[in-house]
Amino acid sequence: MSTGLIAWDTATPARAPLVETLHEWVTTVDHKRLGIMYVLYGLVLLMAGGVEATIMRIQLIRPLNHFVSPQVFNRMFTMHGTTMIFFVAMPMVFGFATYLVPLMIGARDMAFPRLNAFSFWMTAFGGLLLYSSFIGGDGLYGAGNAPDVGWFAYAPLTSRTFSVGHSTDFWTLSLLVSSVGSIGTAVNIIATVICMRCPGMTLGKMPLFAWLNIVMAGVAILAVSPLSAAQLMLMVDRYLGGHFFDTQAGGSAVMWMHFFWVFGHPEVYVLVIPAFAFASEIIPVFSRKAIFGYPVMVAATIGIGFISMSVWAHHMFTVGMPSNGNTFFVLSTMAIAVPTGIKIFNWLGTMWGGKIQFKTPMLFCVAFLFQFLIAGLTGVMLAVAPFNWQVSASYFVIAHFHYVIVGGILFNIFGAFYYWFPKVTGRMYDERLGQLHFWLFVIGFHVTFTLMHIPGILGMPRRIYTYEPGRGWDAWNLLVSIGAFIQALGILVFVGNLAWSYFRGKLAGSDPWDAWTLEWSISSPPPDYNFATIPEVRSRRPLWDLKHPEDPDWKYE
Amino acid sequence: MSSMSVSLPRPQPWVLPSRGVVGMCCLIAAESAIFTIFVIAYLFYIGKSVTGPQPENVLRVPIFFTVCLLSSSATIHIAVRQLHDGKERMFALWWLLTLILGALFLGGTALEWRRLIYDEGLTISTNLFGTTYYSLVGLHAFHVTVGLIALTSVAAFTALRLIKREHAGRLHVLSMYWHFVDAVWVVVFTVVYLIGR
Repeated sequence: MSTGLIAWDTATPARAPLVETLHEWVTTVDHKRLGIMYVLYGLVLLMAGGVEATIMRIQLIRPLNHFVSPQVFNRMFTMHGTTMIFFVAMPMVFGFATYLVPLMIGARDMAFPRLNAFSFWMTAFGGLLLYSSFIGGDGLYGAGNAPDVGWFAYAPLTSRTFSVGHSTDFWTLSLLVSSVGSIGTAVNIIATVICMRCPGMTLGKMPLFAWLNIVMAGVAILAVSPLSAAQLMLMVDRYLGGHFFDTQAGGSAVMWMHFFWVFGHPEVYVLVIPAFAFASEIIPVFSRKAIFGYPVMVAATIGIGFISMSVWAHHMFTVGMPSNGNTFFVLSTMAIAVPTGIKIFNWLGTMWGGKIQFKTPMLFCVAFLFQFLIAGLTGVMLAVAPFNWQVSASYFVIAHFHYVIVGGILFNIFGAFYYWFPKVTGRMYDERLGQLHFWLFVIGFHVTFTLMHIPGILGMPRRIYTYEPGRGWDAWNLLVSIGAFIQALGILVFVGNLAWSYFRGKLAGSDPWDAWTLEWSISSPPPDYNFATIPEVRSRRPLWDLKHPEDPDWKYE
Repeated sequence: MSSMSVSLPRPQPWVLPSRGVVGMCCLIAAESAIFTIFVIAYLFYIGKSVTGPQPENVLRVPIFFTVCLLSSSATIHIAVRQLHDGKERMFALWWLLTLILGALFLGGTALEWRRLIYDEGLTISTNLFGTTYYSLVGLHAFHVTVGLIALTSVAAFTALRLIKREHAGRLHVLSMYWHFVDAVWVVVFTVVYLIGR
């Protein structure tokens, strides 16, 4: 029967008409297609956000530069931040989760396939709405198009008095719309992991990827919802004449800060926990060892999830909180370094004594370990309130969080791209181009963001559109900008590699890495129904058991 | 792998939680977070309005409508239980009663808002109290409205005799949402009418 099916498949190579293919993709509820669309969507907006970053770096390449006006510069940093967090990082981690979680737990789809499609399209249209502001943000006032209030949009900048026109409305509405999508996907991931696991896969036998994503989804539910609430309040203020953040009527601008950061800080963990998930799958496979300390890894992740909810006001040390408040947030912020440190030791323990293969995904994950460690160290420095008062809102902070988001999260996203590319497309990427991308990016990253700490220490504030010569910032800014161009080059190599390999890459087969989780047990790309028969697992590495029946994992777990 | 499992003792049946229940629990968690932010804002802004009217002068405790909403939690529970036991007529009656009680509550909110707007001159832009009051109570009323739409569509399906015993599980999920809306009212009531007045 199966041979008959294959013959039938190869006998109809004629492609469906374009309209039909498009219709299939637009109306699909298949988690694999939605996952691919999420990730491609993130890639497209990565380009947009990257162009905005490049414009900023060209403007800052030398003192008193006039590449863009101050107004345009404000729009660029606002759009860059909003795009990268909400419409690049979020769609990408959600895309990988939607694509991979059902495959890893042996399910045929997510728990709610239509909710999945709904969530994707909400996110997609949210981004479209944000970028429509370039056209429609002028309103009737001719008062500037794209949002220019910064990505955390502090009050009273967002009030009608200081933000005429519609740019802030575009900002707040697009975030509200995409938040609905994010909450939908988070609900879906939790329901999928809890309710759709294949027989034998108890919680303790799930791949760490599934564990980390369910924690991420839990944090997302509790973090994104407050953001939606805050956006609703902002809309009440802007459209209905409310006074939530109107200090002249008794409202409070600090309330907005709390509401934003009670979302904003857990959001970092919403993004970094999936990055941890990628590392937890890639590092064992390329070290040829099972993950070290599985239960501790799970416990540390849950610990991070909890503590991440109680650290938000370390973004607000300079606002002037009572000293009790400062002390609490200093201590909780330092406490979160403990479970994170446990994780780093676990990955090192996995690599220790392993037969390490430095393929492109592994290279990105190893770089992640170094860079995330340094990001964590500057994080602990910034957690110390008196130090924070000195460097808050300087380029030191910018360097710190780009170390987290680029050096930590984006590096692992690249690793995940290369690791699962053969599964998704059925073809291998080009290893030499992959390594070229890695080296370009790692050099560009360090030239930009390692050096960026220094002008921050020297007192260069964030969000200034230019600066005077002779403050000791000139050379650093030049180097930082050069690094940005090297990174942009790396991204071009990356996209070129993906496009070329999609059409011309070697056929990958179902299991090119000799890996152990269920997604590698089915063909590449996976069939529509994922698993012809629902698998049954007895250990955390079902494919190891299958390949080594003489020495299976379940004897030891 | 299958040949291996033959030699093993027969495994326990593989039962996982209902995805409807889990999904609804997650949605309730998300909604709770949204309400938490509005409640915190309400509490923080009590007494900070620089102009009147102040809550102690204009708010009246809506005891009757609160009783209506809270008892609708009991009636929807009984309704689902009746359907679960296969008593479809009794289910229809209790469901209709739930619908009426919910609609009464919403009507009560409407009347209260009418009085506040036309008689007391309090709108969402009048002062900080108006902003927080209409936002919090309005957010809750919005959730009641969504619940009523769901209840009404089930009632319509019942009238068409499309609701059968096997749908009890799904209606149980819907009833969880309704219980949540009622539970939130306990918080909103406490905050707005007991603490804030």
